[in-house]
Amino acid sequence: MLSHLDELEARTIYILREAHARVQPLGMLWSIGKDSNALLWMARKAFFGRVPFPVIQLDTAMELPEVYEFRDRIVPEWGLDLHVEACPPIESTDPNLPPASRAAARKTEGLKNLIAARGYRGVILGIRRDEQATRAKERVFSPRDLGGNWDFRDQPAELWDQFKTELQPGAHLRIHPLLHWREIDIWRYTKRENIPIVPLYLARNGKRYRSLGEKNITFPIESNAATIDEIIAELETTTTSERAGRSMDHESEDAFERLRSAGYM
Amino acid sequence: MAGVKQDSRPQLRIAVVGHVDHGKSTLIGRLLHDTGNLPAAKLAEIEASSRRRGVEIEWSFALDSFQAERDQAVTIDTTQIPLRTPRRDIIIIDAPGHKEFLKNMISGAAQADAAILVVEASEGVSEQSRRHAYLLQLLGIHKVVVAINKMDAVGYRESRFAEVGKELSEYLAKIGISPLALVPISARAGENLVKASAKMAWYRGPDLLAALDGLMPAQPPVSLPLRLPVQNVYHFDTRRIVAGRIESGRIHVGDALIFSPGNQEARVKTIEIWPPGPAPSEAEAGQSIGITLDRPIFVERGDLASHDKNLPILTHVFRARIFWLGRGSLTPGASYRIKLATRLAPVTVQSIDRLIDTENLAGAESSSVSTNQIAEVTFRSPGLLALDEYSANPALGRFVLIDGADTVAAGIINMEGFPDERRAAADARRNLFTAEHLFGADARNRRNGHRGAVIWFTGLSGAGKSTLAMEVERRLFLQGYQVYVLDGDNVRRGLNADLGFAPTDRVENIRRIGEMAALFADAGMIVITSFISPYIADRDRARQAAKGAFHEIYIKADVATCETRDTKGLYKRARAGDLADFTGISAPYEEPPSPELVVDTMRHPVGDSVRAILDYIESHIVLKSAGPASG
Repeated sequence: MLSHLDELEARTIYILREAHARVQPLGMLWSIGKDSNALLWMARKAFFGRVPFPVIQLDTAMELPEVYEFRDRIVPEWGLDLHVEACPPIESTDPNLPPASRAAARKTEGLKNLIAARGYRGVILGIRRDEQATRAKERVFSPRDLGGNWDFRDQPAELWDQFKTELQPGAHLRIHPLLHWREIDIWRYTKRENIPIVPLYLARNGKRYRSLGEKNITFPIESNAATIDEIIAELETTTTSERAGRSMDHESEDAFERLRSAGYM
Repeated sequence: MAGVKQDSRPQLRIAVVGHVDHGKSTLIGRLLHDTGNLPAAKLAEIEASSRRRGVEIEWSFALDSFQAERDQAVTIDTTQIPLRTPRRDIIIIDAPGHKEFLKNMISGAAQADAAILVVEASEGVSEQSRRHAYLLQLLGIHKVVVAINKMDAVGYRESRFAEVGKELSEYLAKIGISPLALVPISARAGENLVKASAKMAWYRGPDLLAALDGLMPAQPPVSLPLRLPVQNVYHFDTRRIVAGRIESGRIHVGDALIFSPGNQEARVKTIEIWPPGPAPSEAEAGQSIGITLDRPIFVERGDLASHDKNLPILTHVFRARIFWLGRGSLTPGASYRIKLATRLAPVTVQSIDRLIDTENLAGAESSSVSTNQIAEVTFRSPGLLALDEYSANPALGRFVLIDGADTVAAGIINMEGFPDERRAAADARRNLFTAEHLFGADARNRRNGHRGAVIWFTGLSGAGKSTLAMEVERRLFLQGYQVYVLDGDNVRRGLNADLGFAPTDRVENIRRIGEMAALFADAGMIVITSFISPYIADRDRARQAAKGAFHEIYIKADVATCETRDTKGLYKRARAGDLADFTGISAPYEEPPSPELVVDTMRHPVGDSVRAILDYIESHIVLKSAGPASG
């Protein structure tokens, strides 16, 4: 009988293979966080050691140094076709957004530029339903219009693992192979498969990053979890949400919804 | 170690369905809170959000995350929330109850192992209660717990609970659902959710959480026959890996596989894995795998692997119960694309057999099916489809329909009354007895100096089929051969005058031509057929009809070349959208994988092409010993 992690993994591999078979050109966003690392690992499983699409980092030059170090080590080791997309400055974002949201929206603009320049019909992302309430309402294959906007009031029917792969001209798909995973599942899987992680997730001097983002809008949490086992034990009992350390989620009630409907990940 | 044990903790996915405003989201929010699953920050956010809107604490805000949902107090889209109980991990799937959002409801509910059907005590069973229950059954969700909600509004009266419970149970029984429990609750007041309610001491059954704890997650169907739909074939290195997810059954290294509908056979050589390690010798339902085969057969995405025992059904026609999501209506003759496991293929509506009213379960005749209606519909496919009845193997017995870029229907297959075409040809022959002619083919051939033959031209419009057919006919006639060309003009005006250009009619058109050509050949003639005949399946049927006398000649020219020739102006009209299902533009052309002869009209002038065809006929059809009487 398959274990719970085996079931989650089999479904993710199925989704990645569907995306690769039906949606071209295709690229995958790599935030270098725990989720997209696990996703890359599963892509290597799905395609027998190769990642048959480019891996894209939306770079604001504001990531923590450990993140860049990790990236530069993994790219040759895993044979990734990395593309670093420099995100436009904060001045190019919607001035009506609150400050941290504007900082985050730089990635939205970077993603739009990338899609326009490379003509991607599909972009794979490692978001999960349990991270955030609007992400909980996502489809696995989620269409975006020409401007990258998410029409969350009229999402396509998605059932029986039959995904939307037909598109109107100019539109693209966000493909979410990790939607069904929970934070704790990712950690158990990372542990089981021995997947490398950025060391910032592990506590030093009573603090650790639970969710990695740019240094100007992400903060570490109080924690003594210095190993993955200790992180898993911490998650068993915590009542704090995963993205509590991400400023842009909390500036106003609908801050994250506005970011996402305008094309954020 | 705790982490390892948790890996195998059963996870149950429960959809919460029911009529709008019967309190589904409130039930979930309160359940999350009472089971200690609402993070402190989330509770504070809900309290603040409720205060801002001047309402008492609104539990539904735990799920209704969109501004529009909170402002209008209605769930628009489905969501999923983890809920942990001391016994297990549950994923709660909230499904919107508003009629407008039914496609979101089924998107959520289709992922569930079980469902809670929420019905309000005072209003009782209503339109969406019945429709949602019916859709649960259509989606294959048979484990249902009924929550009779808002008992506080009816004074926690047992008699009202009994009334509503009886009405609902009667309806559910008619559609084949027997609820596991009927629980009277008040979601807002938290009565009977996680502990027995003192206000309803008359109720002896389990509280809602206890009822949920009695449910088990659905398991992948390991004990059903093997079904492995091919998702892709990878050639990243020297290996040729056939990848897919096992939908049912088990597979072992060494197993003999049949790939349907093409009936190719091969054995499993290896089960491939990454990272490299000891190679597994078997795999089972639920796993996404890759295999290599012992022989280089041609398989592609959409093919279905099974063992040689317990094969899937092969058919051109099937009946399905569908839920129609399209904005327009479904009508007979309309064409869609079907997604059945990994197969994507065209289908046409042959007939609407009955419309189902979920209110009273009556069937009605109808000439169309409109948004959110449920109907039984017969579909026809130009190519053979490999499938199972839904009741026998759900994963291969369900499908969605695509119209343009949209998913417009979900359906489940019922093959009652339809034969399995894998055996149909053999069965039909059993009841026929051939009257023997008193002289055989040899006698006819000797008189003619050549064998009877079907020279079957296939290729795009504009590839040169008619030009070549007429010239070849002229040359053979002059040499004294019995020869005749069948083309659109002489067939469509008479024999096939009843057929139009819909895909089903095209299939029938080619079928009749194949049968007629076979009769011509049997009568000793060389018959040249000049039709696009775009589908491999149709040409294969014609080949079977002509037995050994069939010669497929691919008149090859690509779309771009044919489009520049465009002697009849058809490509221009097809590009403008005037001609539907035009081969090469808006309908596929399936190249012959192994024709007897390929004549490439892009590279060779007409004279050379004619010569190539005559050479072929002379070496394969003309009798060497006795030439024809010169004419």
